[in-house]
Amino acid sequence: MAEQAKSMVSDKVAVSIEGMNKWYGTFHVLRDIDLTVYQGERIVIAGPSGSGKSTLIRCINALEEHQKGKITVDGTVLSSDLKNIDKIRSEVGMCFQHFNLFPHLTILENCTLAPIWVRKTPKKEAEEIAMHFLKKVKIPDQANKYPGQLSGGQQQRVAIARSLCMRPRIMLFDEPTSALDPEMIKEVLDTMVELAQEGMTMLCVTHEMGFARQVADRVIFMDEGQIVEQNEPEEFFNNPKSPRTKLFLSQILGH
Amino acid sequence: MSDRSSHTVAFVRETVIPQSAPPITEAGVVKWMRDNLFSTPFYSLLTIAALFAIYWLLSGVIPWLWNGVWTGSSLAECRENLNGATGGCFAVLTERWHQLIFGISYPSEEYWRPTLAFVLLFVAAAPVLFINLPRNLLIVTLLYPFVAFWLIWGGSILSPIVALVGFGVGYFVYSRYVARSFAAAAAGGLVAAIIVWNIGGYISAAGSDILALEPVASRQLGGFMINMMLGVVCVSLSLPLGIALALGRQSHMPVVKMICVVFIEFIRGVPLITLLFVASVVLAYFFPPETNLDLVLRVIIMITMFSAAYIAEVVRGGLAALPRGQYEAADSLGLDYAQSMRLIILPQALKISIPGIVNVAVGLFKDTTLVSVISMFDLVGMIRGPILASTEWKGVYWELWAFAALLFFVVCYGISQYSQWLERKLQTGHR
Repeated sequence: MAEQAKSMVSDKVAVSIEGMNKWYGTFHVLRDIDLTVYQGERIVIAGPSGSGKSTLIRCINALEEHQKGKITVDGTVLSSDLKNIDKIRSEVGMCFQHFNLFPHLTILENCTLAPIWVRKTPKKEAEEIAMHFLKKVKIPDQANKYPGQLSGGQQQRVAIARSLCMRPRIMLFDEPTSALDPEMIKEVLDTMVELAQEGMTMLCVTHEMGFARQVADRVIFMDEGQIVEQNEPEEFFNNPKSPRTKLFLSQILGH
Repeated sequence: MSDRSSHTVAFVRETVIPQSAPPITEAGVVKWMRDNLFSTPFYSLLTIAALFAIYWLLSGVIPWLWNGVWTGSSLAECRENLNGATGGCFAVLTERWHQLIFGISYPSEEYWRPTLAFVLLFVAAAPVLFINLPRNLLIVTLLYPFVAFWLIWGGSILSPIVALVGFGVGYFVYSRYVARSFAAAAAGGLVAAIIVWNIGGYISAAGSDILALEPVASRQLGGFMINMMLGVVCVSLSLPLGIALALGRQSHMPVVKMICVVFIEFIRGVPLITLLFVASVVLAYFFPPETNLDLVLRVIIMITMFSAAYIAEVVRGGLAALPRGQYEAADSLGLDYAQSMRLIILPQALKISIPGIVNVAVGLFKDTTLVSVISMFDLVGMIRGPILASTEWKGVYWELWAFAALLFFVVCYGISQYSQWLERKLQTGHR
């Protein structure tokens, strides 16, 4: 399967980050980040907490502003122009650690909101798209409930469906399973694996190393705001080069 | 099983024990009273004291209401009718009813106009208050202010129509250009509306007798009508203004933020009564001498600004209570600022703010009685002034003030009940 998956990576660039730096006040969170993501590529970003991995993917859809360097998403250079930012955000889907569903809207409304208002899709069509993706994440029967009535795993799958309804070209996952019970992690990971098999470009910040081994084309290890090591998963896990990576892997795989 | 039954004596029940009532001390009223009223000697004592207090209160109020005199033209006549018995002189309410409701100088043959406006108010408010009603009914709500203005102040129907057309044209211009630039569209809309109003001014002056109702000047308004008018107008204006101020205070644009902060902090730091005096006396100095801004309008502006500042802070609390993830989720889907506020943030923030907003609204409604201090004859002004000062009804304090309290209580309690119903309705389970 891994072989088949890798053949989907094209040589077209989806995201390119050149010399990107970011500061929180005087604190230098991201330092000289260079990263090129190709279309169809699945990247897992790992690293200790506070290493800047979430900040990195949040810069890609401008939830965080970077101060130096250049980010190009799907051919569009990220600038501070609001229209430009909104355009990029509508092409880039994102899933959060805490799902961030809209609690005052039903599951179906959560999914149709952005297509209707941003894409100007007619309501009926938007609902069809939403039901299509809700079926795909296997919860079409919950469509008329409110997020508060669903389990964490179901909520995260709705969040994935909500992003997919915008037909994004790139998906960002910010620790999608960290707030879930162990039983629910699997259902969310299964959904993500399925998505990966369809050739979606994905950047995942996650601690699920099994997922990284199974799905990733490339694993990136970050520490102290820098990319310390990146490699194919087999090489990364079996033969890490940097001492920092070795320490990290021994700690998370040790037990 | 077999182990246990081997130790017991064999037994078979052949009759069913019929249901019987529990002991009298353990059921019904007796149990309830024992639990709630006489559980300890001290509580029993408190219960008896409370019962006595209630008896004492009711023994005063009930004969006062029951023996009340409802007809008569003066306090002396009423006392005569009572003939020494305890009883209220409610005749003052029936005899001065129109003054209490409409004030002294509203033309009596035109009383149907404010009454009709009052009835229509419920029709206009319904689509806003009850979300289940069809949305097209909002047209009624949008037209209502113009109809109500025409009914209450009278004059030719052309003036409210011109005002309406001005708003319509302004909105049309705004909506055509808003996609390109919000600021330009807003300015364009404003200019277009002002042009229409200026041209329309000549037209309505020329056709001043078309569908004309007898004009009524602002100083002729009075009674509870003024409290209702100020309450309704100021609440409905201060809510959007307050929301705008709350959003402005959160803005990343320093100038907008500073204007909002200064406005809110200044207005909140000043007593309403001071603002009303400014409205009635001082404001005139700031306008060119030929402009003659209506006193009611000036008061509306002041009360609206005052309560908008409070509502802004209440809404800010609601905005702050939302997790940052809601803003981020809205952003990450590509919604622009206006969309994310309107569809995601405000519906949730306002729901949280309902109790606070209702608090301000109820307070505002009662504060409308403060206009009596700047010599407007609202309900309180009418009672304090013309009625209590008249030779016929000098000294009828209890009846009049109880009536005023009752009117305000009914409205405020209604608002409070509505808000609780709304909160229950908007409950979507867990957050």
